Amino acid sequence: MNIHEYQAKEIFTGHGLPVPGGAVAATADEAVKLAEQHGLPVMVKCQVLTGGRGKAGGIKFCTTMDDVRTNAENILGMDIKGHVVRKVLITPAVDIESEYYLGMLIDRNTKRVLLMASAEGGVEIEQVAKDTPELIFKQAIDPRFGLLDHEAMGMGMRLCPGDIKKARQLAAALQKLYVAFIDADASLAEINPFIFTPEGKGHAIDAKVNLDDNAMFRHPGYEALRDLEAEDPSERTAREANLSFVKLEGNVGCLVNGAGLAMATMDLVKFYGGQPANFLDIGGSSNPEKVVNALTIILSDPEVKAILFNIFGGITRCDDVAQGIITATKSMDINVPIVVRLTGTNEEEGRAMLAETALHPAETMDEAVQKAIELAG
Amino acid sequence: MAIYVDDSTKVVVQGITGRDGGFHSREMLAYGTKITAGVTPGRGGQLFDDKVPVYDTVAEAVAEQGVNTSVIFVPPFGAAGAIYEAADAGCKLIVCITEGVPTVDMVKVMPYLEERGVRLIGPNCPGLLAPGIAKLGILPASIVKEGPVGLVSRSGTLTYEVVYQLTAAGLGQTTCLGIGGDPVIGTNFLDAIEAFNADPKTEAFVMIGEIGGDAEEQAAEYIKAHVKKPVVSFIAGQTAPPGKRMGHAGAIVSGGTGTAAEKKKALEAAGIPVAERPMDIVPRLQEIWQR
Repeated sequence: MNIHEYQAKEIFTGHGLPVPGGAVAATADEAVKLAEQHGLPVMVKCQVLTGGRGKAGGIKFCTTMDDVRTNAENILGMDIKGHVVRKVLITPAVDIESEYYLGMLIDRNTKRVLLMASAEGGVEIEQVAKDTPELIFKQAIDPRFGLLDHEAMGMGMRLCPGDIKKARQLAAALQKLYVAFIDADASLAEINPFIFTPEGKGHAIDAKVNLDDNAMFRHPGYEALRDLEAEDPSERTAREANLSFVKLEGNVGCLVNGAGLAMATMDLVKFYGGQPANFLDIGGSSNPEKVVNALTIILSDPEVKAILFNIFGGITRCDDVAQGIITATKSMDINVPIVVRLTGTNEEEGRAMLAETALHPAETMDEAVQKAIELAG
Repeated sequence: MAIYVDDSTKVVVQGITGRDGGFHSREMLAYGTKITAGVTPGRGGQLFDDKVPVYDTVAEAVAEQGVNTSVIFVPPFGAAGAIYEAADAGCKLIVCITEGVPTVDMVKVMPYLEERGVRLIGPNCPGLLAPGIAKLGILPASIVKEGPVGLVSRSGTLTYEVVYQLTAAGLGQTTCLGIGGDPVIGTNFLDAIEAFNADPKTEAFVMIGEIGGDAEEQAAEYIKAHVKKPVVSFIAGQTAPPGKRMGHAGAIVSGGTGTAAEKKKALEAAGIPVAERPMDIVPRLQEIWQR
């Protein structure tokens, strides 16, 4: 789950990282009130779940209350890469002398949290990684010991050679960032940039945190961090029904058991010149209720002109799956053709059951995909 | 022969009295897997299906039954704890089927396993099926056949699809291995490929990857340098939009890396054919494999 900058900053503040104060406003009046509390100058920062906010004009430096009002009015409601701004963060502006990138993520290769840091802060780190990878320093962190003092200081001195005071502040920030990462069950935590003022004081002036969806059960407060307005309505319904679903632009609705097979099915639709409308993993169950939920979500998209079930019955028996699909589709009013591909245990029985219905049975994945594309028109 | 299992594999199932654990234990037993113990805390002293003794702890199962392998079907909040317990009790192979284990838990588990020389498969995986030897996990026994092909995959049902096609073409398998779709997993492509390469019974193998990470790229380099056996690959997720998790926690294109196109390019550059469609995997293998 991705969370907003202000939410990430709350996590950081809770772990003692130096974050300038601030609060969010949903109206220009609230923004002005907050600016009065914090004192000028302030930054007005759009809160949307995407990068490149500054370039899009969603972050403004304000020296007067009029500035605050005008900018808040302009930014609220702004569309940034398809994300509508509903909140702005009002935060004290600080003078910047130098900028650093500090980040941590899960590294699949070392199977550890990987610290990445660079003196090229304030710009897109992906770009730095591509153009000048030698300017990014890395350190895999041993989970038994955490980020040790000498590792943190070593990184601080590499980032800020010859300035022990700044190196110490960077080291402390990195150690706190690691503890925050682990405690929060993050999958990514970034400060970009961490800055020093001309007086040499460090601040985390931006924050990005992604939380591990698998760890939601032990963080009861996380559900409240979810920005329901920023979520696609069909993806939200799917999440609430415990279905793994991603909306795409297309006309062939796909219901598949298993994530890998679901991706392969989408790819095959594209291969034969069609457009998949979604990714959906219905799991191993043949439960008609789950099928109804999945169909409801897919059919809420008026672009969907045909439905494709691709089920490989391994442990799940194909006759059970056929029964589930038949029960579910009978209970609904469906106006688009449905192609069902069933392979695996008891496939003949399953297909025989489908033959007595208006559903279109198919034997192979390729046959099913081609048939669904043809029926979608 | 197979990879990771042989006739000495004796299994304890952690979570044997649960719904999924019970169902799949019966399937594994029916296939002939030597499940000699189950573990469910609080159920010690009972018998599972009137034949498999249940213990409160893995240590008791090891002491009483001499098990050396664990298959885990416990819920996500207890999965890491179950892995530590199995490793501490002396199991050398652990297969964790559980989906939804927090990644930080897996990061912490790994050094514990490395220190004890324990191999973990998973989590969030279908496990392993060595036809004629053992079934550790949930791969359906009805679709496999003994033979010379190894198969390793990050997926579940897509693996079954390919196994089904191999079997239909008369190509049996030494071992079918699902390594799981999470970002941090115990056994990765590289490990599996090393094992298949060293296994004298495996004459050729298939690698089924998907978007996210660079495990396929690393495997490609290794194969180019060390593997003489024929290898064919498939990558799922060419049409996946960036930044979206496609079901599996690890199946995500982030920051422009981990795309299917990059993986395909790396594999092809290493001389490994990448099938366009799942149905092309078997024909591509037959093309390059002079038996």
